[in-house]
Amino acid sequence: MNDMDKLKRTPLYDAHVRAGGRMVPFSGWEMPVQYTGILEEHLHTRSAVGIFDICHMGEFVLSGPNAFSDVDRLVTCDMSGLVPGKCKYGFLLNEDACMIDDLIVFRTGIEEIMLVVNAGTISGDADWIKRRISRGTVFNDISAGTAKIDIQGPLAPSVMDRYFEANISSELKRFNFKIIEKEGERGIISATGYTGEKGYELFIPSRNAESSWEKLLSYENVKPAGLGARDSLRLEMGYPLYGHDIDPTHTPFEAGLMRFVDMKKDFIGRKKLADEEKSGAARVLTGFIADSRRSAREGFVVKKDGKDIGVVTSGVFSPCLKKGIGLFYIDRAYSGENTQVVLSGGNVEISAVVNKPPFVR
Amino acid sequence: MIPQGLKYTKEHEWISVQGAIGTVGITAHAQKELGDITFIELPEKGKTVSAGNSIATIESVKAASDIYAPVSGKITDVNTILSDSPETINSAPYGEGWICKIEMKDPVQLKGLMDAAAYGDYLKTL
Repeated sequence: MNDMDKLKRTPLYDAHVRAGGRMVPFSGWEMPVQYTGILEEHLHTRSAVGIFDICHMGEFVLSGPNAFSDVDRLVTCDMSGLVPGKCKYGFLLNEDACMIDDLIVFRTGIEEIMLVVNAGTISGDADWIKRRISRGTVFNDISAGTAKIDIQGPLAPSVMDRYFEANISSELKRFNFKIIEKEGERGIISATGYTGEKGYELFIPSRNAESSWEKLLSYENVKPAGLGARDSLRLEMGYPLYGHDIDPTHTPFEAGLMRFVDMKKDFIGRKKLADEEKSGAARVLTGFIADSRRSAREGFVVKKDGKDIGVVTSGVFSPCLKKGIGLFYIDRAYSGENTQVVLSGGNVEISAVVNKPPFVR
Repeated sequence: MIPQGLKYTKEHEWISVQGAIGTVGITAHAQKELGDITFIELPEKGKTVSAGNSIATIESVKAASDIYAPVSGKITDVNTILSDSPETINSAPYGEGWICKIEMKDPVQLKGLMDAAAYGDYLKTL
């Protein structure tokens, strides 16, 4: 257990232990991978509501007259329609158009933006951003004091209405959010998520995290879900995971994620992406479905007629399809739908077909 | 919790002996550690195995691990139900979740395995 000593704990740590959570290291944090079982938590989120401790992720607030234009130049997404109350998914790129992080940009005010970033990239992102903003733009890393709870599943709207004692769900469309002031404290509820289900992400002060978590758990149909279910849920939708499917060695073009890139605006990495659009990418990110229940793992080599044509970046058993699914980078020539490939790791060989995600609709 | 009358390995397999035939599975502790089992590659019927050889591979949602032969012998039967319902190992590790039967070559090898009390003590050291 010694390697666990250096790991950080979220404000919900005690609640996880009480609920029988199995705690594992993840991005420098001690996080619950499961409570009762990954399959049960996955299926419960698809049929009712799962709540997830996502406190480890980072939140930055940038404010000042140039905050909006500063962020606009740093991230790839189209921010032209991003009025206060709306948020958008995009990437932070370096000059080579490689992905430093994926993030969500929240327009929290006329002159204020909140960025939600991955846990493992908090300090790198902060350095990158701080060196590239105007002098008058104030950068504030609020990660330590901010808790994030994801509430996901088809019954999430009614759970949120009950939690806030207000009709939140009908006014909050997807990728919209609302700032909630309650007893002098600020929180944000956004209609976003990483499961493919209806759902919300709740940002609240860390000291309120445990009481909010327990309140949500007291409702019928709400169960805690761990990182294991979070991973299988996001993979069924084909959502990329930073550090695995997307990383500083790949561009959004290779990853097939240009819908989150606005090539009509200027941003760091744009020139390289424009070049790549002309020349094309050697390998592209797409998905696969295995012929069996067996799951390929990260690092498995993709083969076609004995030739190496790619590498698996994420793989899992799909609880909904009852087959192995995952994402891989594969030579563009073989990326066509239904191409038969073999996924090879150690002495394991798995037959699979190329299948552009989502795997579950 | 740990059934009496079976023999156990440090790799958390159990073997139940009737005459020359040993039925093999994994323990409740092993299935709990693995989590939801989603796939098993069963051994081939008729195959000869040596004690300590990998005879099957089990996958859970996030991990894969090998199952080792507790004794040497010939595989005489495999539990084909597990191909479509590997989760049976989670729900009944000592019963319907058995993995295979081995015709033992050298029953003396059983002496090197733990009984229920010794296995229980061993679990406490982990």
